[in-house]
Amino acid sequence: MSTETLEKEVVVKPTEPIFSKRRKKLVTDPLVDDNPVTVQVLGICSALAVTTQMKPTLVMAISVIFVMALSNFVISLMRNTIPARVRIIVQLAVVATLVTLVSEVLKAFAYDMYKELSVFIGLIITNCIVMGRLEAFAMGNKPYDSMLDGLGSALGYSWIILTVAFFRELWGSGAVFGIPVFDYVSSLFGPDFKLATNGLMVTPVGAFIILGLIVWVQRTKTGYVEY
Amino acid sequence: MELFSLGIRSIFIDNMIFAYFLGMCSFLAVSKKVSTAVGLGAAVVFVLGVTVPFNWILNEFVLKEGALTWVSASMATIDLSFLRFIMFIAIIAGIVQLVEMVVEKFSPALYGQLGIFLPLIAVNCAILGGGLFMAQRDYTLSESAVYGFGSGLGFMLAIVLLAAIRERLKYSQVPNGLKGLGITMLLTGLMGIAFMSFMGINL
Repeated sequence: MSTETLEKEVVVKPTEPIFSKRRKKLVTDPLVDDNPVTVQVLGICSALAVTTQMKPTLVMAISVIFVMALSNFVISLMRNTIPARVRIIVQLAVVATLVTLVSEVLKAFAYDMYKELSVFIGLIITNCIVMGRLEAFAMGNKPYDSMLDGLGSALGYSWIILTVAFFRELWGSGAVFGIPVFDYVSSLFGPDFKLATNGLMVTPVGAFIILGLIVWVQRTKTGYVEY
Repeated sequence: MELFSLGIRSIFIDNMIFAYFLGMCSFLAVSKKVSTAVGLGAAVVFVLGVTVPFNWILNEFVLKEGALTWVSASMATIDLSFLRFIMFIAIIAGIVQLVEMVVEKFSPALYGQLGIFLPLIAVNCAILGGGLFMAQRDYTLSESAVYGFGSGLGFMLAIVLLAAIRERLKYSQVPNGLKGLGITMLLTGLMGIAFMSFMGINL
């Protein structure tokens, strides 16, 4: 691939305020209209497996936000010195270093969470959103903009997986963040009343179906049609 | 016999797609036609079958705690397992590059068919996931070879089946918002239910 296409920079006025309209758009666009999961179909890989409960999902979301914002920033700083032929390896090395950092921090301060997430923290490396944004944005834009772009995409990803996790935990185990909501609600209606949970939601199948439905709702709202 | 049951288990029960969601990106993106799905599937089988044993060797002789004892006894306390991610991904990217060059040299026809899929495999979660699961479950060398090959076959089976369904789907009327990703996710869910029935099998 030629380097010219990668270095096409967005024109930025030197006196642009830190939170200009254009920069705000970088963060807000990927939330709904250009959501990485539901519109661009990226990063479904490592995400769905952790969404059986809210807590690990939140940890996963925070890790992805951290890795994406920083990797976009670092790659953007180096964008003019990376030879085009080996850029994938360079990108992978940067992302892998950041992910190792996250995994070591989790191991030190939240060992239970580290055990629960097991290989899925490592799989952030191969999360397509990270590589996709590095290739499509960080290789051709300034560091601060790239960081905002990474932040926006990661937030768009985070709210989707948190929504999936909310429904899966609520219907699968009758709880939200480990608080047994179903038990409490059932107790309001007397001793014989019991809200049933659906075991299918805890299995991978539940995640596929919930995500499919979320995509449906979201695309109907935005009017996006895929052919 | 144990190896055989591990192979069957990794194809059907611990299926990369339906049980662990690994490799979903390419699973969704490349499952529009059966012929391309077969090409990607074959490439994944090959790369997983090669990289998992390679990563096993790396893990066993360099990264594990006390793995460097074979260099000198004084290095028995060194634990390099925190380097696992970066080393595994380096091995995978290297092997994919190597495979690409070998295929290009000896079979240009296959190279043309696989095209863009080969380099993309380096960032396929299923490949790195296979390596990490292998390290986590303490497989032996022969087990890891069977596991890598088997989970590759499982991925291929899933993607070819989905591609076949999606080819038929072109002729049906799907609601606008559900077209593409939405209906594919629902389909994958239904296929997952079918695959769950393998869980009862005791191997």
